[in-house]
Amino acid sequence: MTDIAQSGVVIGAPTPTIKPRRLDPAAMAARTKKRYAAERRFELMGLLAVLTALGLLAILLFTIVAQGYSAFWQTTIRLPVQLDQNEIDPDGTADPAVIARADYSGLINDALYKMFPDVEERRAKRTLRGLISNGAAIDLMHRVTANPDLIGGTLELDLLASDDVDQFVKGYIDRSRPEGDRRVKDQELVWLDQLDGEGRIETVFNSWLFTNGDSREPEMAGIWGAAVGSFYMMLVVLLLSVPLGVGAALYLEEFAPKNNRWVDIIEVNINNLAAVPSIVFGLLGLAVFLGVMGLPRSAPLVGGLTLTLMTLPTIVVATRAALRAVPPSIREGALGIGASKIQVVAHHVLPLALPGILTGTIIGLAQALGETAPLLMIGMVAFIVDIPSGPLDAATALPVQIFLWADSPERAFTERSAAAIMVLLGFLIVMNTLAVILRQRFQIKW
Amino acid sequence: MDTQTAQSEATRGAPPHAASTTTVDQRMTARDVNLWYGEKQALFDVALDIPDREVVALIGPSGCGKSTFLRCLNRMNDTIDGCRTEGDIRLDGKDIYERSVDVVELRARVGMVFQKPNPFPKSIYDNIAYGPIIHGLASGKDEMDEIVESSLKGAGLWNEVQDRLDTPGNSLSGGQQQRLCIARAIAVSPEVILMDEPCSALDPIATAHIEELIDELKQNFTIVIVTHNMQQAARVSQKTAFFHLGKLIEHSDTDQIFTNPKESMTQDYITGRFG
Repeated sequence: MTDIAQSGVVIGAPTPTIKPRRLDPAAMAARTKKRYAAERRFELMGLLAVLTALGLLAILLFTIVAQGYSAFWQTTIRLPVQLDQNEIDPDGTADPAVIARADYSGLINDALYKMFPDVEERRAKRTLRGLISNGAAIDLMHRVTANPDLIGGTLELDLLASDDVDQFVKGYIDRSRPEGDRRVKDQELVWLDQLDGEGRIETVFNSWLFTNGDSREPEMAGIWGAAVGSFYMMLVVLLLSVPLGVGAALYLEEFAPKNNRWVDIIEVNINNLAAVPSIVFGLLGLAVFLGVMGLPRSAPLVGGLTLTLMTLPTIVVATRAALRAVPPSIREGALGIGASKIQVVAHHVLPLALPGILTGTIIGLAQALGETAPLLMIGMVAFIVDIPSGPLDAATALPVQIFLWADSPERAFTERSAAAIMVLLGFLIVMNTLAVILRQRFQIKW
Repeated sequence: MDTQTAQSEATRGAPPHAASTTTVDQRMTARDVNLWYGEKQALFDVALDIPDREVVALIGPSGCGKSTFLRCLNRMNDTIDGCRTEGDIRLDGKDIYERSVDVVELRARVGMVFQKPNPFPKSIYDNIAYGPIIHGLASGKDEMDEIVESSLKGAGLWNEVQDRLDTPGNSLSGGQQQRLCIARAIAVSPEVILMDEPCSALDPIATAHIEELIDELKQNFTIVIVTHNMQQAARVSQKTAFFHLGKLIEHSDTDQIFTNPKESMTQDYITGRFG
């Protein structure tokens, strides 16, 4: 298409004369030198900036990994636990409810007392019991309920150690410090040394971290509850924001009248929406989803809805950019052989824009996955032990879990926060890699 | 400036320019075509007849409105925002801007080939098959194969691509791509093919190919071609129309335009004095 604006051929108009000019070779050489120097400076600064960024990233990753890797292991203490029929199921009912109600802490404590028979004083006994986590009893209960045949025998069990023991075994507690300054007292050190001497202290893979919900006891706290909450939220975000965002972008880019005031207003506002602080979306979610619609507090559904609002502009903007990148010649080619507008979009524009749309969507989702602030307002920043079984149950999210743990004073929560950060980063890296792969795989060159 | 005003007077006073060429069978006729891009008027009272199974060349300097006029003929200008067309353009005697006319059907009857080869990023086969599929022209695989083969033969591309129909259309050379686009256009069996500077992105050999092809295609199709290349216009067309500043200055048989133009401006343009 030629533009009528550039017409205006004037016949016989005089052309101004331009004469060749002699350039001073010395001045020219000086200028050239200066130019090259400027180029080198610019290159160097760019390189420096990239290296600084990479260095900082490396430091960040190193600190997180150095702090968090030990959370993937957990100390256990092996004790022979006698599963006494009289203690667990005195009437021999074999009823799972009865078996579940038994006092497994008592059984574990008995095993401890038997291991250290000379401990008699009440306070010392309490300290001794403190070596083993409360979680050990729960694990034992699950194990016995699942397999009632164990009742009556004696089991060599790897029992979950308390967080202080765990931290000591991992070397975070220095035994050379004065007793008042450390969480593990001299008496406990003696017991632990004895247990260690008998080969009863072991470090195993920390499966609790990946299967448990949150807990006040660090050794029992896990990210599974938060991960499930995040999963339900992402599901809601994916199901809502992709069709809405892609649909809105398609309409605005391909069908909406251009130079229309209303369309312009909508466009400006979508772009503005992308810059709204995320906590504001939380307030909106609180007002609309909890206040007006009366949805349950702390539910992943509400979190997902709120994050959808936040993700929409990202997806709309990315999709529009992807649609705009489809060359107009393809649209014209299809229109020129009689395709209707919707056929042009469905058969040509959308498939060609798909890699860009997918990338934008995944990046939007990754952003939503790492978001905490909007969840604050709708009650998802909360201590929730139970693992949610659906999008309407109370739940929390991975970044929130990190925030909560980082807030806790126990030493063992520090390494767990770092470990949870590693898991979250892992998810984000996987999502971004997926975006890159999809983009490269479906990219079409013309 | 003087000449221009004088010229516009002349055209405005004499739209029957068109009527002067009396051909028996006119495939398309245009009368009093005015077009605006927003506030700016791009075409002024253009009147032109396009005879059946002949090649009409539209020539003129950049921005003279020849492409704009070409795009009026299959309503491609409808896709441009703020573009407004007035006047009377008929295909086989029926007004194509009438409300009852379906623009999709119109474009199936008046196909278009663009300046830059624009094959779809699909296989050669799918490029050709796309038009027949959306218009439901083939009832089965065999029929579709036949359409693809005849279209590629029609565009003189069959011998070069027959054993690699499943390779991407954009893997072909520029000239082959343009012939693929022509094949794509003729696959829907249009009555008229519009070509917007189809050779401007091609080398001389590919250009010669396309020109030969145009010569063959005119046995079955009516062709309107926009070109910047006056030798090309002289070589391929039977009728030539000269546009300047949105006005149709002169049109008649190609021989006459190039040997004995009526208007001095046409003379100036084809002899290379401006443009």
